[in-house]
Amino acid sequence: MLLRFLLAAATIAVFIAAGSLLPARAASLETLLAELPEGGYDERAAVVTAIAGTGDDRAVALLEALAEGDLRQMKDGGQIVRVVREGRTHTAFDPLTGAEIGEISSRAASKIRVNNKLRRAIAAALGQLTLASPDRARRLAAAASVLKTGDPEQIEALDAALETETDPEVRTAFMDARAAAVLNAARPTAEKVAAIAQLAGRNDPQVLSIITAATTSDEPAVAAAAADALDRIEQARAAWGAVQNVWYGLSLGSVLMLAAIGLAISFGVMGVINMAHGELVMLGAYTTFAVQELIRSFAPGLFEVSLLIAAPLAFLVAGAVGVGIERGVCRYLHGRPLETLLATWGISLILQQTVRSIFGPTNQQVGNPDWMSGAFEIGQLTITWNRLWILLFALAVFALLLLILKRTPAGLQMRAVTQNRRMAEAMGIRSGWVDALTFGLGAGIAGLAGVALSQIDNVSPNLGQSYIVDSFMVVVFGGVGNLWGAFAGAFTLGIVNKFLEPYAGAVLAKVLVLVFIILFIQRRPRGLFALKGRAVES
Amino acid sequence: MKADPLLDLKSKLFLALLVAAAIVVPMANLVAAPGSDFYLPSFAVALFGKYLTYALLALSVDLIWGYCGILSLGHGAFFALGGYAMGMHLMREIGPRGVYGDPVLPDFMVFLDWKELPWFWWGFDQFWFACLMVLLVPGGLAFVFGWLAFRSRVTGVYLSIITQAMTYALMLAFFRNDMGFGGNNGLTDFRDVLGFDLRSDATRAGLFVASAAALGLGYLLARRVTTSRAGKVLVSVRDAEARARFLGYRVEGYKLMVFTLSAMMAGVAGALYVPQVGIINPGEFSPANSIEIVIWVAVGGRGLLLGAVLGAILVNGAKTLLTGWVPEIWIFVLGLIFVLVTLFLPKGVLGAFGTLSWRSGGARRGASAQPAE
Amino acid sequence: MEFARGSMLYLDDVSVSFDGFKAINGLSLMLAPGEMRAVIGPNGAGKTTMMDIITGKTRPDHGDVIFDQSIDLTRHDETDIARMGIGRKFQKPTVFETHTVADNLLLSLAGKRGVFETLLAQITGAEARRIEEILETIRLEERRDDLAADLSHGQKQWLEIGMLLAQDPKVLLVDEPAAGMTDAETMATADLLKRIAGEHTVMVVEHDMEFVRALGVKVTVLNEGSVLAEGSLDHVSADPHVIESYLGR
Repeated sequence: MLLRFLLAAATIAVFIAAGSLLPARAASLETLLAELPEGGYDERAAVVTAIAGTGDDRAVALLEALAEGDLRQMKDGGQIVRVVREGRTHTAFDPLTGAEIGEISSRAASKIRVNNKLRRAIAAALGQLTLASPDRARRLAAAASVLKTGDPEQIEALDAALETETDPEVRTAFMDARAAAVLNAARPTAEKVAAIAQLAGRNDPQVLSIITAATTSDEPAVAAAAADALDRIEQARAAWGAVQNVWYGLSLGSVLMLAAIGLAISFGVMGVINMAHGELVMLGAYTTFAVQELIRSFAPGLFEVSLLIAAPLAFLVAGAVGVGIERGVCRYLHGRPLETLLATWGISLILQQTVRSIFGPTNQQVGNPDWMSGAFEIGQLTITWNRLWILLFALAVFALLLLILKRTPAGLQMRAVTQNRRMAEAMGIRSGWVDALTFGLGAGIAGLAGVALSQIDNVSPNLGQSYIVDSFMVVVFGGVGNLWGAFAGAFTLGIVNKFLEPYAGAVLAKVLVLVFIILFIQRRPRGLFALKGRAVES
Repeated sequence: MKADPLLDLKSKLFLALLVAAAIVVPMANLVAAPGSDFYLPSFAVALFGKYLTYALLALSVDLIWGYCGILSLGHGAFFALGGYAMGMHLMREIGPRGVYGDPVLPDFMVFLDWKELPWFWWGFDQFWFACLMVLLVPGGLAFVFGWLAFRSRVTGVYLSIITQAMTYALMLAFFRNDMGFGGNNGLTDFRDVLGFDLRSDATRAGLFVASAAALGLGYLLARRVTTSRAGKVLVSVRDAEARARFLGYRVEGYKLMVFTLSAMMAGVAGALYVPQVGIINPGEFSPANSIEIVIWVAVGGRGLLLGAVLGAILVNGAKTLLTGWVPEIWIFVLGLIFVLVTLFLPKGVLGAFGTLSWRSGGARRGASAQPAE
Repeated sequence: MEFARGSMLYLDDVSVSFDGFKAINGLSLMLAPGEMRAVIGPNGAGKTTMMDIITGKTRPDHGDVIFDQSIDLTRHDETDIARMGIGRKFQKPTVFETHTVADNLLLSLAGKRGVFETLLAQITGAEARRIEEILETIRLEERRDDLAADLSHGQKQWLEIGMLLAQDPKVLLVDEPAAGMTDAETMATADLLKRIAGEHTVMVVEHDMEFVRALGVKVTVLNEGSVLAEGSLDHVSADPHVIESYLGR
């Protein structure tokens, strides 16, 4: 602390000295450069300050080179050059323009020496220069650098910069940087407390460590203000953490919904659980894989749109298999839901083993197109593009399905069969046809779910198994024959799961959710959104 | 005039066969000279013993599914819990002979740096206590689960799904090291039971006989229940639950009784299974295992106690043969069995080919009977 | 429960709705001990729902359902109500198809209902005799050892009535007993029910007007969940409201 204070005092002295030595020299960068080698370190510091005073853009690179010890004066002619060493060869560049001058012998030029005191002067000058830079990004970077170092010497430069700065974001950055610097400077307590208040508005680990450091301050008022600010920051972080959990929950919910919604409609219409539903999801994922493999081999340019090609194909592949299962097996087991459950389980084993035989038991690599990669931030919330797209995709599928059920004749028939099969048959609805269609639609949506899952999970023959129990839970929790039930069920379970995870760990959270559902179904044996009436009770 | 309803001809035949097996199999291993035509290798004794425990497990599933219409997709959980209870005793019996030589703590606890035995391991050093737990833990879980589920009239597919969730939740829980049941690896490296070396032929033969006895007793018990008037009520509940209620039967009470009894039988099967295969791990809780039990029953014939026994032995025999022959094909075959049996053999092998009818068990049409309401 | 005095079954202002649809709407009805009552009404009039409410299957949204002057039936479930002495025959004949005819009756006999009771129960001489009696009453002596599934529709109806008799309830709720029967069978059923009445209180729901006429008892006409008319068959048949909503169509 004392040392820093002394250094700061010395630098201020240098400033004053420089000001008195070079009062009215409106010198150009070129002339100042020429003066650089002259005199001792103090004189050199004065020149550095003068260079900063020019506000010349080229000065930044020059001063940086000086600080690095790269500036040398040619013994022959006195020209000042920047020398870049690479192995044993030394290449000289013009320090202002950056133009290459040529290879020189290491003895042809002598170093312009710098000591620590001079380095501090250079840093201060650089800070002043960059803070005043016309380039916005550079000003922000300079502010960030001051925030990081908390260098008290920069306070004046920041004050000067703040007077002319109009960009609000840059101003905030400057104020924050100044606050950080104030905390390290010999300033009045009130000013430091104000500085903490300024910093507390910001929310990053950097600021957190600055304020944490301030809690151990000698001045009780500062320490108290810091502790207080720390509390508030913690609260804000908790709030953001909750928002992040909600996001994770929504993301998990969207996946669950995609996986469960097809199950829900076939369960609703036919009263059967399709145990092979998970395998239809898996088929969708493998369709995506196959499409990408073909594109890689034959049309690499199409990779960005591979998912758009895969989605309808996956719908068709899984849907066709679904219709096949219904026509080939379920139809004959009508009215025997438990037998249907067993038969479809058998089909799931066959599908799994078939895929395992064709593609092998290992995970397959499915790539993310560029628009599905990466992430962006809102406040302290990180959102990955693939999860966001999947959420949007899930919502779109849901909306589309709702539209089909509510607005199309086929949808009307499905709803009729859901509510009262016998009555619907009496009205002339061919329930067998409706069953096949429903099953196919449910299966097709499973295929779409597979496309989505291929972007966030491992594509392996076991893919379906890892989601199937969860999707059953969604259906059971949400209630049968109601799309909104599956919707509410999926997102509730997703969010509850993600909120439990930090406290209980991922596995225990899942166990707790399962126990919760088992208990919930006692209270509402037909789920959240159950149909009522005599017809559905039997 | 009328044959004893408890011990009809088929039952007598079956029990005689079981007694014969309990004599012949150990003899063929212990007395016959290796290399002779009558010699049965030791692994086969353990294998057949395992089949018998599976048969008992299938019997327990048939009792609830065949006779009461409760399709449990989580019966593997009761089997595994019984297995764990026995496994815990066998772990304690290793004593200081473990790798780390701790006289009390099993190896995996020493490895996890635990200092003392968790409370739920207390008492398992006593064989009688472990036996009690083999019954009480699965029975207790079934009682609580069934009480909750049956009271609120969770039936049919819903019940199947939540029983599956139950075993799935238990699997996830048992995979955790913190649970104190050996996590991933489960319980293994057993040395002996009641002082008999588990790797000796004589002990294996003894376990085989014990399994046969347990199966016989389980069969008699199931027979006693299904031929009683309560058994008729169970079938009534299966076929027309509402009718049974309107006659004044407390349906949930009957379901709870048979579910709990069945869970205890499954627990005993698990307890006999563990010493014969030498390991119990959370994989036993996997939903796939539980569904497989149901198909054994379906293959043999639902609602026929002997069908369950036959199905368990047929399917597992086929599994052993096929996995030894072409491993990849077994899953296909199993999948096909599920599909074909439900489609074309709804009464199972015994139901389709059995000629004698026994109405007293209400089982002649068991496999195809549909609930009337 | 002063108001229910002298009644065996007393319903007052009972309503229940399913998802906004009022299945029963302010229904009031009273049956005296030993009375037989016929209930008629078009489809959807709430006849079966009324029986569901009396037997505890459906809980009314509001209203009183009093049995035997003092018991609030809305507080009990099906099992309790059955044990108190209300028996029910379903619209669709519901018997235990995989049991023999005799076993169906055995399971229906008043008495042993508990799990452990039935586990240990042996058939007694009295039980066997009672079963024979009922078999004779419902004319199924020849079919005693056949599975109920193998009976004809009409025989199943009779078996279910026999099961009701075996229960020996105070109140019998009989939903469409004559459906699927020949004329002769229908008349025989009417005779049977008339014999039962007196000792028991009986409520019969039926569509067949000949059958109702044969019963010759007071008739209640239900429509849209409430009582439209009450009185003798001739009286209600003349009621213009009844003609409009039911008979006229």
